[in-house]
Order: sequence, then structure tokens, then C-alpha cells
Amino acid sequence: MSDVDLATGNSSLKEIHKLVGHTDRVWHLAWNPVSGSNGLPPTLASCSGDKTARIWQEGPSGSWDCMAVLEDAHNRTVRSCSWSPCGKLLATASFDATTAIWQHVGSDFECVATLEGHENEVKSVAWNPSGSLIATCSRDKSVWIWEIQPGNEFECVAVLQGHTQDVKMVQWHPNLDVLVSVSYDNSIKVWTEDGDLDDWHCVQTLAEASSGHSSTVWSLSFNSDGDRMVTCSDDLTIKVWDTSENPSQMFGEENGPWFHRCTLSGYHDRAVFSVNWSREGIIASGAADDAICLFHEAKDYLANGPSYKLILKKEKAHAMDVNSVQWNPKEPSILASASDDGTVKLWKLTAVPENVS
Amino acid sequence: MTLGLINANPVVHAKRERVARTDDPHADDAVDPLDVFDSVRDIRDPEHPYSLEQLSVLSEESITVDEKLGRIQITFTPTVQHCSMAAVIGLCLRVKLMQSFPPHFKVDINVSPGSHAEEESVNKQLNDKERVAAALENPNLRQLVEECLYSSEL
Repeated sequence: MSDVDLATGNSSLKEIHKLVGHTDRVWHLAWNPVSGSNGLPPTLASCSGDKTARIWQEGPSGSWDCMAVLEDAHNRTVRSCSWSPCGKLLATASFDATTAIWQHVGSDFECVATLEGHENEVKSVAWNPSGSLIATCSRDKSVWIWEIQPGNEFECVAVLQGHTQDVKMVQWHPNLDVLVSVSYDNSIKVWTEDGDLDDWHCVQTLAEASSGHSSTVWSLSFNSDGDRMVTCSDDLTIKVWDTSENPSQMFGEENGPWFHRCTLSGYHDRAVFSVNWSREGIIASGAADDAICLFHEAKDYLANGPSYKLILKKEKAHAMDVNSVQWNPKEPSILASASDDGTVKLWKLTAVPENVS
Repeated sequence: MTLGLINANPVVHAKRERVARTDDPHADDAVDPLDVFDSVRDIRDPEHPYSLEQLSVLSEESITVDEKLGRIQITFTPTVQHCSMAAVIGLCLRVKLMQSFPPHFKVDINVSPGSHAEEESVNKQLNDKERVAAALENPNLRQLVEECLYSSEL
């Protein structure tokens, strides 16, 4: 970016919109991946303890309005939401043990399918990069993979067992059918498919013994190339994982390619609930200390490789815990955040560090 | 819910005399440990017709408040080491504090060191807000919590 100034550290995160409507804590956010281009205004989905999801859209005047409330499909907390890559379908995962699929029809969202199978709370849902698969995870310790069939039919093609406690979040690699799950059991697991046999297995477990987290792992995010990922935890740390030394092992049988790159600690003093990596390489984190932090890669390489530095910390970003931070995929200076205070905020990063060569 | 009592013969202590507070404790924004204790001391034990105070599950001394940082920390002592009711007591404390104090307060609830056979796992569960939120949507658990909170006049 051109308006970037690392030397003066002249960056600020300004609140530009506050989206009010949910009547309980907001758990998660998802930007519609195709919005913000081709005539579709920037669009954001949020989901809440009020049992609804809301669709927010930027109006012609630049204001943000709630264009739809998705209700009556779930009878408990809606914990997570994810858009299909084409932006036409939204999946919502609920504590009611189901995942609902919503289709944008005209100006309305209709629930066109319900995925049932988990024994109890579904905590996260994610669409794969081609839009052919959905992953869900639950307090029942399992990860399910669903294949999309013609006519809005969804078939479970695999149930992945391996975590010993609740699975908190699932996320797909940005361009490969590699799935990562994080858990209350403190571990991160990497899953791939064996050939085309719907035979999914765990290729790598990143636990405390592999420089991993020492408490619940809440969230993960890949960088845009998919050669690094970042995770955050109840242990108050953020960890960056790298594949650069052995990328060919992405589909390995025994050992996955991921190794611990660095640990960012001392920035949040309560559980870190959300991390998200922007297209421009900036990591945002949101935590139970009500703060948002932004990090970027420091170019002064240490002997053991790259490290990450704090760009800024926004104290009191919300009145209560920050549960989700998500960068706009089209406009990488815009960040959305969701909180226990019931609001969603949009932030603008007004100057970002340039890549010092 | 339970087939037999976890602790059939709890030791019951006298209630401490209420401190008559000359001023309205909520007249200013300051919250102190006695405010917190006053809000939770009459919560009924899930198993017994006695309050948490009477069973010495908690006391004013087991509460710390950092008004500036907005933190409330409570440690409680289950009546027996393998108490399966610890999670319910923790939920009761959390709900009561959510109702009694401003929402920006961060609440940490733990069993006192050495007081529970599964100390680490109980503490982790008590402070996992997603599990707490899910538990409070469970009608049976919710009812149990409400009974402990609202049948406090014994």
C-alpha cells in the first residue's frame, strides 16, 4: 500500500461504523467474499446469542444497514457463520446441534437445508475454497465433512475423530482441500483426504509438546498464500506456524509440514478469541481484554527467521470481550469486530507499515 | 438428577452477621469484596437446604476485586473433593454476578487450590465462556441454577 509509514509508526485504527441490532452477544462475523465488486455492495454476516444471524450491507450513501434478520431456523445460540465462495449461500452453525444453509433469494434469505448429525453444540462451520465441501465441528469432539449435492442436498462424507475435547473452530486452507481444526484439548490438527476416497485422516497434530498452546485454542487463520497460519488461545498467546521449509509435505502421510515459527505473548492479558490474517499480511487479534491488536511481519530477520511486531493495540475497542475480528477481503484496510457488548464495529486502518526491504 | 447425595453430611456453619452498611453500597461505582460476597452468600447449595455461606463454600476473604481493571475473582471450596456440583455452583456464581454488577466486569471463578480432585479441568470449564453460554441454554441446568438463586430465603 502506498499510504504506509513504518518509520513513524503512524498507524491508527478508527471506528467508522457501529452496527446495532443484535440483542445478545455477537459471536462471529463473515464477509461475503464476492461483495464489494460487480455491483454488490460490501456485505457482512453476524451471528449471535439472540439465536439469529444478521446481514449488514453498505448503502449508497455509505451508511450501513441491516438488510435481513435470519431467524426461526435455530432455537439456540448461532455460534458461527460462513459464506460459500460464490457468496450465494450462508451456513450458520448453532448450539442446537444443527447447521442451516441459507440462500439469497431476491431480497430475502431462505433456509434451504439443515445439516443434522452432531450430538450437541456445533461451534464452527467453514466452506472449502471450491465450494464443494463444508466442514463443521462440535462439542461432541468430532469434525464432519459434508459434500454439496445438486438440489441443495448435503451428504456427510466423513466424520473425523481425533480431538479429545470440544472442537472450537475449523478452517480450510485457502487453495487446497486441507482442513485445520483447533480444540479445547489445546491442540491443532491438520486433516487431508487420501486420494479421492472420502478417506480423511489427520496428518499432523500441533500440541504443547510441538511448541503449541497450553490451553484452549480458539481460532486460526491462514495467510493469503496458505504457507503460514496463525492461532490464538486461552493461554493468552498468538502463534504463527510455517510450512516454508517443507511445503511438499502438505499431503504427507505421517508428518505434516507445519512448524512453529514464533509466539506473540504479552499483548493481551485475557483469552485471545479471534485472529485473522489480512490479504496484505496484517494479523488482527481480538480478546477478552476488550482490545484489538494488529501485527505485521518484521523485516529485520532474526537468526531464526521472521518475527512479528505489534503495529498498534486498540484498548477498549468494545465495552466487553471481542469475539471475532475479520478483515474485509476486498478492502484490506477495513476490519470488522464483534463483541459480547452486542455490537459489530467497522474500523479503518489509516496507515499501515510498508514492507521495508 | 443425582441418585444419592454427593455429600450426605455437610458441616453447617453459622451465618456471619450482616454488616450494616451506613451508605448505599451502590451509591458510587466502587465495588468491593463485601458487595460481591453480599450478592452471592445466600445462593443455595445445589444439594442441600443451606446457603453457600453456611457450608463455608465461600467467604468474603475468597473474593478479590480490582475496581480499576474491572476484575472480580472468586475462589470457592466445594464441600467434598470429588464434588460433581462444582460446575453448577460456578454457574450460579457467574449468573448472579452477571445480574448484580455492571457487564464490563471480568469475572474469574475457580475452586480453591487443592479443594477438588479435578481442579484443573473444573477451573478450565468454569471459565470457558462458550461452555458457560451453552450450559445456560440447557433447560435442566438453567432450572437448577434458578432454584439455587431464587430459593435463597431458607
